[in-house]
Amino acid sequence: MELTLDILSWILMTTGGLFVLIGGIGALRLPNIYTRMHAASLTDTMASILVLTGIMLQAGFSLATIKLMAILVFLLLTGPTASYAIANAALLSGMRPDAAETSPDKAKTPTEPSA
Amino acid sequence: MQTQSANKTLRILLLGAFLAAAWLLWSGLYKPLLLGLGAFSLVLCLWLAQRIGAFEENSPLATVLNLPRFWGWLLVEIAKSSIDVARIVLDPKLPISPTVVDFKTICKGPIGQVILGNAITLSPGTVTLDVYQGGLKVHCLTEQGAESILSGEADRRAAAITDY
Amino acid sequence: MYYAVSIAILVTMGLALVRAILGPSVYDRVLAANVFGTKTVLLLSVIAFLYGRPDFLDLALTYALINFVGVLAVLEFFQSRSRADAQTGGDQ
Repeated sequence: MELTLDILSWILMTTGGLFVLIGGIGALRLPNIYTRMHAASLTDTMASILVLTGIMLQAGFSLATIKLMAILVFLLLTGPTASYAIANAALLSGMRPDAAETSPDKAKTPTEPSA
Repeated sequence: MQTQSANKTLRILLLGAFLAAAWLLWSGLYKPLLLGLGAFSLVLCLWLAQRIGAFEENSPLATVLNLPRFWGWLLVEIAKSSIDVARIVLDPKLPISPTVVDFKTICKGPIGQVILGNAITLSPGTVTLDVYQGGLKVHCLTEQGAESILSGEADRRAAAITDY
Repeated sequence: MYYAVSIAILVTMGLALVRAILGPSVYDRVLAANVFGTKTVLLLSVIAFLYGRPDFLDLALTYALINFVGVLAVLEFFQSRSRADAQTGGDQ
């Protein structure tokens, strides 16, 4: 029982760490602000859920678990609000989402980095 | 009118009990000074909540009870779209096709629209850009994501837990 | 194992910093700062168990609160500034 819980929590935490890494890579690779936002939401939601659930399994039934749960709920409630605020501010400031250009190598606009 | 104000008192008491429980759980110290500070912040929070009109809305209690079912479905969706986005990011060709979708929601109240907008932003691959009366502007990483938004599954589920 | 997760989170924080330095627009930088902040919360939770000090969890929760309010405050600042710019631009 102990061992199964351990293995399960290690699996959750490792996949969570993997998602954190992928989100970080995505935030560098993707071409503009709106697409980068998807990578950021990858690390914000899925990775947080996996890592914190993994730690919760390690903590067992204690005050620490309740605190972890509060952190998770708080992150999941405020994350979308912050993302929406950034996206809406970018939209209001007049940055175009470039929806028409579907292929990434055609999508060369002045708002992009040259790299 | 009578039931309206009784409802409001009940809502204030519920929030107050929740805040008091949170304070007692977190502080873990039961000295008069700390309890006094806790009572002060409780009253301050209730006053601020009253000031932004948190108790004027129609009772969202049924919605709160329905939320876990919605979260269960949302968790599965988040897992699926996370794997999709991770695959796209790691693909050397970076096969993205950004799409902006405008669509009309069937959620009537502001609470339903907020739940829908947050659910869309929470699942990777779709971000809510703008919410206006009766509609949302959504940015999708791929065209498949746009199609899944337009199929309206999330919309129906958010409407089901808020409008009844 | 906690070490592996911490290192993954630290690398991503580094990548977010790179994006914050490169970021062509203000909003890229704010997004990177937001990612940095939420990863700090995760890192603090992991460290709490790595060193067996559960009081770090309170720090993590506080950091989550500050990060959220901070991002909103910065955005509000830039939005009101661009609004002011637009107004003076219209006067000219």
